[in-house]
Amino acid sequence: MSKIDSAAINRAIGEWAAHIAGSAAAGSAPLAVIGLISHGDLLARRLVRLLEERGVQAQYGALDISLYRDDFDMKSSKPALRSSYLPFSTDGLRVILVDDVVYTGRTARAALNALFEYGRPAHVELHTLADRGGRELPITPDYSCFVINAPTGDVAVHLQETDGCDEITC
Amino acid sequence: MNPRKDLITIGSLTDQEINTILDSATAMKDIFTKSVKKVPALKGKSVLTLFYEPSTRTRSSFEVAAHRLSADVTTFTVGTSSVVKGESVHDTIDTLMSMKMDYIIVRHKNSGIPDVIARHCKAAVINAGDGAHAHPSQAFLDAFTIREKYGTVAGRRVVIIGDILHSRVARSTSTILQRLGAQVAYMGPGPLVPLQQHTGIPRFTNWDDVFEWKPDVIYLLRVQNERIDTPFFPAGDYHQAFGVTEERLKVIDDLDLSIMHPGPVNRGVELCDAAMDYRNCLVCNQVENGIAARMSILYHLTPQTQNND
Repeated sequence: MSKIDSAAINRAIGEWAAHIAGSAAAGSAPLAVIGLISHGDLLARRLVRLLEERGVQAQYGALDISLYRDDFDMKSSKPALRSSYLPFSTDGLRVILVDDVVYTGRTARAALNALFEYGRPAHVELHTLADRGGRELPITPDYSCFVINAPTGDVAVHLQETDGCDEITC
Repeated sequence: MNPRKDLITIGSLTDQEINTILDSATAMKDIFTKSVKKVPALKGKSVLTLFYEPSTRTRSSFEVAAHRLSADVTTFTVGTSSVVKGESVHDTIDTLMSMKMDYIIVRHKNSGIPDVIARHCKAAVINAGDGAHAHPSQAFLDAFTIREKYGTVAGRRVVIIGDILHSRVARSTSTILQRLGAQVAYMGPGPLVPLQQHTGIPRFTNWDDVFEWKPDVIYLLRVQNERIDTPFFPAGDYHQAFGVTEERLKVIDDLDLSIMHPGPVNRGVELCDAAMDYRNCLVCNQVENGIAARMSILYHLTPQTQNND
């Protein structure tokens, strides 16, 4: 079992924000950072705040994509849905979808379907804290902070806001 | 935790399941305000409404809920002449299983029929009202409506008024409200309100006692003349004794109480016309929330049809 600690995660998120800020400078479409509930929304909130510190405006959104999934686990109960927060049209925006981990790619597929019910964004990118491999769909993140080769086994992301500390274990 | 297949009574659910369904209902309601009022959660799934008793709102509410989740809906119309009992229920179950339905929504005048169907079907079965026994989806929409109005159900005081004895709504709604920490009282004609020693629920037979109890919500049951061979009262007398008259509406307004009713309202019996336009009349909210609550129920139940068939 290996571990990525909070110092490394914080540094990576700082670089992540710098990367987005750098790419936003070139006069591109207005930016929206939309996190996938749960965890992705928390990372999106941090990114929007870091972007603001760098003078880059980005709208914050959160998506619950449960109703768009294709992989309901028939053996366990479904968790309660959470309300998506997207108080703006995505028409013409550059949307950065943020998730904590990309794995099979099915969440990203569901997120794209959910997103397009709120408008027609100009560009959509997928950014993640960790890419653990194991893809089942032709989906590749545009940006990943950490690449972990763990197509099987458990990868757990803990975040300060909900779990008391930032940590990735795998 | 293993996923739940059926919803027959509120009493069979855990606190966590009740709260999960209510929480999800909030997110379901957000879908109504989007330009695309539909999500693909139950795409490709078959929903059957099987109503052995007449119903317009409950059935259409379930059908709208199923459509908004992208399910395919079939309506099985059962004439009153083909009321089934005993073995013929088994025949019906065989028919339904052959149809490979994923969700079956049942209403029947006999208590227990939805449970019998649930035990013999791989489909998820939802009780949409069985006799005087239970009406759990109504309970969810009532609890959801109170939670939406007051922020929380816990600590609220709700008086249910009318023919408590024959009411599956009273039974299911009082159960869910109590489970969520509300206080419930009953009021109605003496012979139709169970004794407190049997239910533990305070029992009143007049409005003065109701107001003195300081409720937040006045919940009127429909006078179900179709269930009673000989009406107990002429409608006007019932209204004067147990209904929300214009005078009582003034008191209700002064006290800032909410009015609820499962519908359809008998105007001039349970509620005067003005009560329907009262600022805290939640009857229309109940209808809208009924769709959200039923979407949430459908979403959280898990048929066993995928596993083996």
